Amino acid sequence: MKALTDVAQYCTFWIDGLFFGVDVDDVQEVLRHQPMTPVPRASEGVKGLINLRGQIVTAVDLRFRLGLPPRTGERLPMNVIVRSRGEVISLLVDDIGDVVDTDGLSFEPIPSNLPAKVQDVVHAVRPLADSLLLVLDSDRAVEVLAA
Amino acid sequence: MDDDAEIIAEFLVESHENLDQLDRDLVELEQHPGSRELLSSIFRTIHTIKGTSGFLALGRLERLTHVGETLLSQLRDGQRTMTEPLTGALLRMVDTVRALLDVIERTGRDDDPSVDVDPVIAAIEALLAGHVAEAPVAAVTQPVNGAVSGAVNGTVNGSANGAVNGVAQAVALLERPDAPDVTGPTDTDVSVPASREERTPAEPVVPPVAEEPAEPVHLPEPVQPVEPIEPAHPADEDPVERRTIVDASVRVDVDLLDQLVDLVGELVLTRNQLLQRTALAEDVELTRASQRLDLVASELQESVMKTRMQPIGQVWAKMPRMVRDLSHQLGREVDLVMEGHETELDRSLLEALKGPLTHLVRNSMDHGIERPDDRAAAGKPRSGRLHLRAFHESGQVVVEITDDGKGIDADTIASVAIARGVVSREQIARMDSREIVNLIFRPGFSTASEVTNVSGRGVGMDVVRTNIERIGGSVDLQTEAGRGTTVRVRIPLTLAIIPALVVGEGMERYAIPQANLVELVRLEVGDPNLERLDGAPVLRLRGRLLPLVSLGEALAPEGQNAAARRGDLGALTVVVLQADDVRFGLCVSEVHDTQEIVVKPIGRQLKSLAMYAGATIMGDGRVALILDVTGLAREQGIDPTVADTAELRSTEDDRRALLVLELAGGRRAALPLAAVARLEEFGRDRVERSGSAEVVQYRGGLLPLVRLAPAIGLPDTSDGQDTMSVVVHEIGDRAVGIVIDRVLDVVETAVSSSPVGNRPGVTGTAVVQDRVTDLVDLDSVVAWAGVSA
Repeated sequence: MKALTDVAQYCTFWIDGLFFGVDVDDVQEVLRHQPMTPVPRASEGVKGLINLRGQIVTAVDLRFRLGLPPRTGERLPMNVIVRSRGEVISLLVDDIGDVVDTDGLSFEPIPSNLPAKVQDVVHAVRPLADSLLLVLDSDRAVEVLAA
Repeated sequence: MDDDAEIIAEFLVESHENLDQLDRDLVELEQHPGSRELLSSIFRTIHTIKGTSGFLALGRLERLTHVGETLLSQLRDGQRTMTEPLTGALLRMVDTVRALLDVIERTGRDDDPSVDVDPVIAAIEALLAGHVAEAPVAAVTQPVNGAVSGAVNGTVNGSANGAVNGVAQAVALLERPDAPDVTGPTDTDVSVPASREERTPAEPVVPPVAEEPAEPVHLPEPVQPVEPIEPAHPADEDPVERRTIVDASVRVDVDLLDQLVDLVGELVLTRNQLLQRTALAEDVELTRASQRLDLVASELQESVMKTRMQPIGQVWAKMPRMVRDLSHQLGREVDLVMEGHETELDRSLLEALKGPLTHLVRNSMDHGIERPDDRAAAGKPRSGRLHLRAFHESGQVVVEITDDGKGIDADTIASVAIARGVVSREQIARMDSREIVNLIFRPGFSTASEVTNVSGRGVGMDVVRTNIERIGGSVDLQTEAGRGTTVRVRIPLTLAIIPALVVGEGMERYAIPQANLVELVRLEVGDPNLERLDGAPVLRLRGRLLPLVSLGEALAPEGQNAAARRGDLGALTVVVLQADDVRFGLCVSEVHDTQEIVVKPIGRQLKSLAMYAGATIMGDGRVALILDVTGLAREQGIDPTVADTAELRSTEDDRRALLVLELAGGRRAALPLAAVARLEEFGRDRVERSGSAEVVQYRGGLLPLVRLAPAIGLPDTSDGQDTMSVVVHEIGDRAVGIVIDRVLDVVETAVSSSPVGNRPGVTGTAVVQDRVTDLVDLDSVVAWAGVSA
């Protein structure tokens, strides 16, 4: 089990202006918007099912998970495909950033004034030169039933 | 003997694998001489082979491994430390074991003279004896003697291969620098054998070796002895052609197989997409290539599915022991007969089948087969017969469990069912015996007059049925009081790919497993059979009230159902579904087609939704959800309540399917549809006479004809046409042709028979389709005609 502080490289993305990062080792791939099959009666956090080369992947809307307003306008969400407890899940995000190397940068605890739903899925904060990277706990992030 | 051969084959595969491990262990042991772990592993391997060889009456193999085991146990327990002579002796034993296994594989026995075990045994015994004497010198010299004599002996008796190896072994033993008085026999290895034919293995010293003490030992290839012996093939056998059992099978990780199945499923879908496109294209080459791809993909799919197949023998194998234990426990005498070991099915299904099968066997022994004394009193052999049979039939696996016990008494079942409140007395009265017997599959039913610890706790057959239906199978029970019971379980070959009906709702498609599908009904707007009971839509379908569920409503977000339910139902298609005891109609807006779908699991975020069984990928690459019919019914509040189903059954029970006929210039008669095997038309010229009886040649035999009209006292007008209409009625394996004027209709209707018109051959008269119709008693008609059917 890799300690939280061993992670140096993050795959980053934006949701509603917030800058998030997931350990690159947890990320399988990043995809543009994919056609989705909605799942009636499922939690609102589940936006649908994606055919990822024959594997059926559940798409979880991080906006819903974070308690943020739904996506508006023409922009289609992007998919960050992560592995969590043996399953492959797609996190729907607004925009994809670069892979960021944070070697040598400090870990800061989560500021307590962040909304509870954001705190719920964030491990820590890593201050970068020009922004604050919220380190996402992907196992927590895909628990839509807890939202 | 077939069974033996099978066991030996399994033993060989297992032993060869073990020996490979053993070789590695032994070599590693040379590096780490003190490793208890390695010694234990080697000991276990040899012990296993010894145990099995004793069991299979392979005496020589057993003796060989026995001494090896003794030596290994001393090594393991630290009574002796590893020395090079010991390593050599052990390696030689392993090689000899391997040679013996090859012989066994070829001949099925281990007494082939080409492999001699005695010298090896002697060598190891000598080493063991050396330990007792605790004289280090003896421990060194004795094995050498034994080994060399073994080499000689091996050559004399058989192939040169064995000799070379044996000598090489001896060399390995001689490699010890402190071996004082021996020399390398390497250059004598060809000449010695021929001159020593009378030598017995027990003879201790080989003179040529002892006579040249000063010469240094030449060890050309000390690695050689570790290599396995080439099997000594008899001259008349082509060693290249034969593939050994070990080469013919490979152990593969199940996960890898599952992954292959996934990939093939994906390939099949891609092929489907491609086929759709190429159907529109004009390119002939492309079309050809895609057709080839189609074929290859289909065959690949089939082959890969086969890799997941396992013989049902794996489940059968546990039965003899279970039956034996149960017979002791229950005081029964039972002969178990099993057939169809090799019948294969998907391993996941095999796993799911174990429980229900075990239960059914227990049930047969506890409730079916009587105690020996009771059997004797009933004039049956004291020991009962339990017959397990598995076979493939029309793409399914059928497993039959047959006992020759007391059968199931419908009256007992009926009284228990009434006592337990499963059904009412009135309902029982309307059921036929087969339906009554099948009541044992209802929840909470047990007929054991006393609760035993084998079965009879009231959680039996319903669980069996539920479990088998869960894997897409069905159970059926046939019984004859006093003669026995047969339970027939049908299950699909595989779960990974199932046939399904694809329906459309909203913008999406949903797949419904064909196993749950009963029929499709198309309703127009204002169909009088569509009604609402307190807002809930129901359909009158052949006299039964079918609760309707709209797929659109079922899929609508919670809270919107109530509003939607008030809306009017337009023209719609009803998919009649059945799961467990629940039958309902699902209203869908579109019906696409049926297709084979690859079932894929859905993520844990969706596991709480009982209405989905999984998902699949359609030809266009989009994902479609697979509906779980049981879950859907439960979520929609359609319960198989006892009153509900019993009510449905009772209305059904009153009704009978009848074949309505025309006779004697417009008179009507009806036969129970169940008595009709086939309808045939025969040209009049085909009718021949045999004595006074009319017959036609039919299906390679003779079909006696009975004219129905005179048999029930009506004028015969069936000669009016060029052909005659015949209803084929089967009695056992014989058939009778009932000649009629023509077939009018098949109706399912409530029959209230009136004794009016009661006469021979007619049980009564009823009004069917507003016409007076004679209800024909076929048995008495056949008897009247005197046809020996």
